[in-house]
Amino acid sequence: MSHDFTKLFELIVSASLINNFVFTRFLGLCIFFGVSKKMETAVGMSITFISVMMISAGVSWVIFNLVLVPLEITFLQIIVFIGVIAGLVQLSDTIMRKVSPGLYYKLGIYLALISTNCIILAVPLINAEEKYTFIQSLAFGLGSGLGFALALIIMASIREKLELADVPAPFKGLPMAFVITGLIALAFTGFSGLITL
Amino acid sequence: MSSHSTVSLKDQILNGIIKENTIFKLALSLCPSIAVTNNLKNGVFMGGAVLFVQVMVNMTISLMRNVIHPKVRLPIFMLVISGWVTVTQMLMAAFAPDVYAKVGLYIALIVAFASILARAEMFASKNSFLPSMADGLGMGIGFLFALTTISFFRELVGKGSLWGFPIIDTKPVLLLILPAGGFFAVGILMAGFNWINARAAAKAAAKAKAALATR
Repeated sequence: MSHDFTKLFELIVSASLINNFVFTRFLGLCIFFGVSKKMETAVGMSITFISVMMISAGVSWVIFNLVLVPLEITFLQIIVFIGVIAGLVQLSDTIMRKVSPGLYYKLGIYLALISTNCIILAVPLINAEEKYTFIQSLAFGLGSGLGFALALIIMASIREKLELADVPAPFKGLPMAFVITGLIALAFTGFSGLITL
Repeated sequence: MSSHSTVSLKDQILNGIIKENTIFKLALSLCPSIAVTNNLKNGVFMGGAVLFVQVMVNMTISLMRNVIHPKVRLPIFMLVISGWVTVTQMLMAAFAPDVYAKVGLYIALIVAFASILARAEMFASKNSFLPSMADGLGMGIGFLFALTTISFFRELVGKGSLWGFPIIDTKPVLLLILPAGGFFAVGILMAGFNWINARAAAKAAAKAKAALATR
């Protein structure tokens, strides 16, 4: 049993640090560059993101293994997963508006953005490909969410400082953000080989 | 569509390639621009897949535009897009299995491209068949062009080869094929694009000023 737990822990660490979605798999970049301008929005996005990620990983695992696999229609996975995610986002939007309007006012806009995020779709796809168990899928979702949150927060704190820096004119804005991301990604390559699954 | 008869099909295609280039100008759909561009072949195939999906989706949506109820249009667009992406995925797995093994996940993620949904929503759902096709072609070619440029640059400098054939015989800059190098490459190319545009704008402004002065 304890062996299982170490395995899960390794999965979370590997998904968040070693195979960080932003820096080594290059997913979710649109959102990454879009919302990392301010610390506050970055934190809000991260919280929404981690929760939606775990729920969608769980729900799509259930649908994939209990419906698609027995019926042998796994080739429909893209259509089904995107449907699940869109439905889930809509649902949590409605529930949040009813249950806690204050929270909705703060995080509502991020919810709408999330459905067009490729990470959210990539997690169920990778789960299906690697044939993870239900618990492993949840752990993978959590780890990926944490990794994305980490990336967003690092980037947001750097970009807040960058506002004051004197950047060459053609590099202003996005190009500079790309170069900085490259530098962070270079640092993250140091994590590779930390754990071999 | 009388409002669009003044804009020629050629202009529409050029619009997607230069004025609204998805990657360099709008900074959308960035994920594959870094993930699959470490060699030219992957970049070209990925760009081709996006081009195919964009054109097919635009054509399908513009044919269906009169029967889609506006309230359910977004789910229907998603359905059409994911259908065409699945077709692309299957075609690629069958005809280019070696490339598919490397870029397969990113092909599936074309579904989540903001740019494809945006063109369906903003253009194809309001225009007739031919302009929509031209728009899709332009946008797709623009994307292909961006991916080709990035992967050309990265493979040539990072590996000293093109399409797998060795070209330069010196020691390559390994950094550019590493994941981190992708960010540098895109950042530098984007800055280059900005620089060229800024120069062109400055030249045009100077010309206008000179014309004004002589008059």
